[in-house]
Amino acid sequence: MKEAAVHQEPSYLGAPYGLAAWLLTKDHKRIAILYLISVTIFFAIGALFAATIRTELITPQGDLVTADLYNKLFTLHGVVMIFFFLIPSIPATLGNFFIPIMIGAKDLAFPRINLLSWYIYVVGAIVTLSVVITGGVDTGWTFYAPYSSIASNTNVTTAALGVFITGFSSILTGFNFIVTIHRMRAPGMTWFRLPLFVWANYATSLIFILGTPVVAITVLLIAAERTLHLGIFDPRIGGDPILFQHLFWFYSHPAVYIMILPGMGVISELVANVSRKQIFGYSFVAFSSIAIALIGFLVWGHHMFVTGQSIYAGLVFSILTMLVAVPSAVKTFNWTATMYKGSITWDSPLFWVLGFMGLFLVGGLTGLFLGSMGLDVHLHDTYFIVAHFHYIMVGGGVTAFLGGLHFYWPKMTGRMYSEPLAKIASMLVFFGFNLTFFPQFILGYMGMPRRYHSYPPEFQVLNVMSTGGAAVLGTGYMLILIYLLYSIFKGPKAPMNPWGATGLEWKIQSPPITHNFHETPVVTEEAYDYIHAPAPERALTPVSPREVTHE
Amino acid sequence: MPSTLPLFPSSASTVAGDVDTLFFFILGVSAFFAVLVSVLMLYFTFKYRSKKPGAAGADIHGSLTLELIWTGIPFIIAMVMFVWGAQVFFTLAKPPADAMDIFVVGKQWMWKVQHPEGVREINEMHVPINRPVRLTLGSEDVIHDFFIPAFRVKMDVVPGRLTTMWFTATKVGEYHIFCGQYCGTRHSGMIGTVVAMMPDDYEAWLAGGRTSGSAVQNGERLFTDLSCITCHKADSSGRGPTLAGVFGSTVQLNDGRKVLADENYLRESIMTPQAKVVQGFQPIMPTFQGLISEENLLQLIAYVKTLKPAEGAPAPVKK
Repeated sequence: MKEAAVHQEPSYLGAPYGLAAWLLTKDHKRIAILYLISVTIFFAIGALFAATIRTELITPQGDLVTADLYNKLFTLHGVVMIFFFLIPSIPATLGNFFIPIMIGAKDLAFPRINLLSWYIYVVGAIVTLSVVITGGVDTGWTFYAPYSSIASNTNVTTAALGVFITGFSSILTGFNFIVTIHRMRAPGMTWFRLPLFVWANYATSLIFILGTPVVAITVLLIAAERTLHLGIFDPRIGGDPILFQHLFWFYSHPAVYIMILPGMGVISELVANVSRKQIFGYSFVAFSSIAIALIGFLVWGHHMFVTGQSIYAGLVFSILTMLVAVPSAVKTFNWTATMYKGSITWDSPLFWVLGFMGLFLVGGLTGLFLGSMGLDVHLHDTYFIVAHFHYIMVGGGVTAFLGGLHFYWPKMTGRMYSEPLAKIASMLVFFGFNLTFFPQFILGYMGMPRRYHSYPPEFQVLNVMSTGGAAVLGTGYMLILIYLLYSIFKGPKAPMNPWGATGLEWKIQSPPITHNFHETPVVTEEAYDYIHAPAPERALTPVSPREVTHE
Repeated sequence: MPSTLPLFPSSASTVAGDVDTLFFFILGVSAFFAVLVSVLMLYFTFKYRSKKPGAAGADIHGSLTLELIWTGIPFIIAMVMFVWGAQVFFTLAKPPADAMDIFVVGKQWMWKVQHPEGVREINEMHVPINRPVRLTLGSEDVIHDFFIPAFRVKMDVVPGRLTTMWFTATKVGEYHIFCGQYCGTRHSGMIGTVVAMMPDDYEAWLAGGRTSGSAVQNGERLFTDLSCITCHKADSSGRGPTLAGVFGSTVQLNDGRKVLADENYLRESIMTPQAKVVQGFQPIMPTFQGLISEENLLQLIAYVKTLKPAEGAPAPVKK
């Protein structure tokens, strides 16, 4: 590559080498890679739990695992996937890697705190996962009191402590992003020239710092009630079990937006690129992220319509829930309009965009069913809600994560993967996902409750379909893991700008140098100026494995 | 494996139709928008497929008119869904005045059902059709949730308080009762059956059941056995306020608050007597926490609800 040749500077993957250099790195890009490796491991662990759950549910009788083990499996599936995979997935990997580059900075504002975030996250995850050895935890990821605080005799305290510790990692990451985006933008990089991915992560960071302390305190209160027998949630000693739900959902509903907002940011980048066009209604897409983050804090009571909460409180939560659907609809229409009169490139990013749109549409629209109080009474705590949040978090969130990973992979690793395999994998994931989760909507309306180890026989056919779909979905995910790993060693060398994309990240070498830029860039154009974007560069010739190690 | 593939639950209550209509309305609107956006995206994907690599799309930045339209229309539709959903919810939340009572107690992992006439059942609930039934629900341990999919009704059963739900069954048959709220090891075994019967059959079934006295009779016995009667006398001469006519009245507390004496107030006054002390009385009542089961509590409340002020007696302490 031209720049590399001129300056003779190794990429961030090059020097300094060795395990210690990686584990003590302050480079946001290396920390992003550390996160990427960790979230992939936790995703694999969470998926293993899911696979066991789906296998158990092939038959109506609980015959593969015991009821206790089943309860522990779905608890850890939820805890691992949410706290250790979904929440850090996009912000801590793609966000960490690209926010500084996109705004023209050398690193995040606090590189040491960034590394500390990763260590806290790993320690929290290890503490929580230690319960696998010591006997598990069976409260569900929601830790509902008073079951969690007085009834369960599993390792609730340890699991909660791990979640508590990991919370600090989210808070520090959010804090780091906010300061970075405010203070470290390159000359000319005004707020309205920021890529929408940065806006989305900014909104996410707001939730990180405003919401996470509440859930941290909540799980701490559970631990306190278990060990010190304080009457916080236990009604027999003056506590209120519904108080727990208020505290828990005050964080955990906004947390849903932590899992989808960064994905929406990724999709904005991808839609503009595959359409080779300015994003339609930039400021509406940007502000809808902020609107979602703010209104998202005011809807937690929609998890509690059937707890006996006041009807009038329910009304307020229902109307605000309906309101938060509007900015998501606005985003969707703007993405669609962006493709109008575009110059649509049929590369693998397009497949991820279309897959995301299909799944996110279903996930978002089924939220309307649940926000409507009269209907929520029937659907609450059934498989309908399981299907709904998997469509949002996995169909939307994980598909966007994979789309972003594929889009940025050449920049992050300097390697290209197989385009045909990526297209096949995206379709396996899309169809496998729908086969897994669409039957669960029907199961839910028929009344099958969630978290059931055994179920009445009339629900079997749909459950078998769901398990079959899960096998296809799992195959898709494994295929991705294989060809991406393969590309690191045998993939063709990536050019500077394989997608012909706009943005500072595509004007530096692949992979970038440690300080990202040789000199501070000056920004003179708005984001997504595809009229002046370069054409995609095709992959360079394959390199031998030996060259790879000394990139 | 069953050879049939059921796709829709049976509808066997008066509200089931309302809930289903709302469901199909939202389903229709959602399907329209899902198809609209998907078809447009796919159409654009093919129609505007790039002719030559690197060619830019049209130079369009947005349209305020379009933004206003697609903010406004979803907003209006969402508000319609909100109002409609709220209407159905109000119906579900307000039992008719003439509803018959059944008491339900959830505990890990069974449902205990008590008819006012005294017949008790476990994991079964016999009800007559075409008559509103009001359930009063209590929990002995953790949060459960009483869910009858065929009736489209569900209510959490929360320890430390009583909740209510109601339905009118419309079709004779047997329907699932599920525990909806995860409650521990045998959560998926905490299931039962609603048996909806013709009213005559129900009366016959009720008459044939073994009873140990009606709920009110049992409550009256408890009122004596637990010595409630020593302080809560029929007139106002006791150390505690008289309970005649207290249910449904507004009670003046000694901290200045006024509260409605509903089931939850009665429950709290038995289990946590110091929480709300009636004006003019001392906080001397002991708690009955741990001394009385959730079922007995429901019987006591059923009895207190029957206490009416005696003819010519001074009005009870109420406002």
